[in-house]
Amino acid sequence: MTERGDPARDGGSKERRRSRILRGFSLKEEGAKGVLIATVSTLVVLGVLAYAAVSSPYWSDFKDQFLNRQVFAESFPEILRAFRRNIFYFLTAEPVILILALTLAVLRSLRGPVFFPLRLLSTIYVDLFRGIPTVLVVYALGFGMPALQIPGLPVEGWFWGWIALILSYSAYVAEVYRAGIESVHPSQEAASRALGLSRSQSLRSVVIPQAVRRVIPPLMNDFISLQKDTALIAFVSAFSVEAFLRAQRFSAGDFNFTPFVGAAVCFLIITIPMTRFTDWLLERQRRRRMAGGLV
Amino acid sequence: MSEAIRLDGIHKSFDGLEVLKGIDLALDEHQVVCLIGASGSGKSTLLRCVNLLEPVDAGRIWIHGTEITAQGVDRNAVRRQVGIVFQSFNLFPHMTVIRNVSLAPTKVLKHRRDVAEAQARELLARFGLADKAEEYPDRLSGGQQQRVAIVRALAMDPDVLLLDEITSALDPELVAEVLDVIRGLAQQGMTMVIATHEMGFARDVASRVCFLDDGRILEEGPPERMFSNPTNERTKRFLDRIIAAGRM
Repeated sequence: MTERGDPARDGGSKERRRSRILRGFSLKEEGAKGVLIATVSTLVVLGVLAYAAVSSPYWSDFKDQFLNRQVFAESFPEILRAFRRNIFYFLTAEPVILILALTLAVLRSLRGPVFFPLRLLSTIYVDLFRGIPTVLVVYALGFGMPALQIPGLPVEGWFWGWIALILSYSAYVAEVYRAGIESVHPSQEAASRALGLSRSQSLRSVVIPQAVRRVIPPLMNDFISLQKDTALIAFVSAFSVEAFLRAQRFSAGDFNFTPFVGAAVCFLIITIPMTRFTDWLLERQRRRRMAGGLV
Repeated sequence: MSEAIRLDGIHKSFDGLEVLKGIDLALDEHQVVCLIGASGSGKSTLLRCVNLLEPVDAGRIWIHGTEITAQGVDRNAVRRQVGIVFQSFNLFPHMTVIRNVSLAPTKVLKHRRDVAEAQARELLARFGLADKAEEYPDRLSGGQQQRVAIVRALAMDPDVLLLDEITSALDPELVAEVLDVIRGLAQQGMTMVIATHEMGFARDVASRVCFLDDGRILEEGPPERMFSNPTNERTKRFLDRIIAAGRM
């Protein structure tokens, strides 16, 4: 639909597009001279910062406390092993969140007076869990539910911490979905209703597939933060030890903080590629929007 | 000939603004009625009322003798009989052309997917779109997209087809290919109500032309008389403006 000159199409050299993908760090446009200048200026800036840090009187203490090679070598393999629990929490919570959140979003978009109670419940749920700090929900459920000793329900702290993450995150993700559903132009539903599809068939075949495609990048952002928040389960699970708790226990022995750096590295291994991937998705979407008009 | 559509005293308001102020209209099977008139005269709203995309405030509508504005009528069933094609195509951008066309036959008519797709392919071929079946809509020209939208409506085998200014969003050089499709349908006897600004086309294809002005049908008649010898003063002024704009 765009009739204005759009760079992705007419001026759209491949170079240019790629440079947007890599955002900050691409130098393709600047050419060889640009690369040289960038390298020198980077070296200078980093050099000054590094010098300032290293020449500080506290550097050797800092290095010993946070970047202790020996402590790292001792602790990291075990932290990495414990990190598998974080990955387990994340991978199992994610599908549940996706389904629960979509249900909430669809309930909230139902029209007609009959569905008022469902809309109301969904709205209350979202307001509630979006408004409460996640760590509070993790604490409340993680300690509270096992204490109730309800027959048939698990008493493991980690399980309730996991449930708390699901409850909290589905509220966020439901809002993302809802924004997506509302962003699909009403003419799409009109077209599908005009063909004789019912409202629910239209939602299923026409509206939701388009909505989900549009919200994949923001969903990815939520999952990056879910990945990090699996560490919150450490607070309520003394026996199923995940990466953060493992680091804490290492650190508790000798007050060295290097194990936390190790745990941080574990999280970064996952979150940085996810962040770059999200950027790439956003970039691709932006380009399609410019080239495809209505899509 | 049996009566295909009868409208009786259709009123429709949006937020207190009365868009349709009592429309009566009847057409027989195989007839083509063209609605002409300025933008905002109520043409689109009228069409959207006929397939119940907009509920009417007052008045009654019959399709083939069955009142569709009666209580308890299955709206989805009505829409199966009454196809509509929109100005802005409204193809589903996340589906290939073949899925766009076969979606409603599979979901609504419960045809098996392979049957629906075979039928869709046949229809696409009839309208010169056979090679576009696997494309996504954004790869097609405006004219091709609109032809796909027409095929998508035809795939439901409707009794009546409503066309809402289907060439208004097209570049001038793409208008003809779409209008040719409609001419073909008219020759095959498709019952159609067409809102259009293409007066030459209306003159060719219409059994009857209705001039809408401010929510009322001010004048109607066979195209030869309407275009050469309109009796209503406002019809004359409207047609003069069209001629002055070089659109006729």
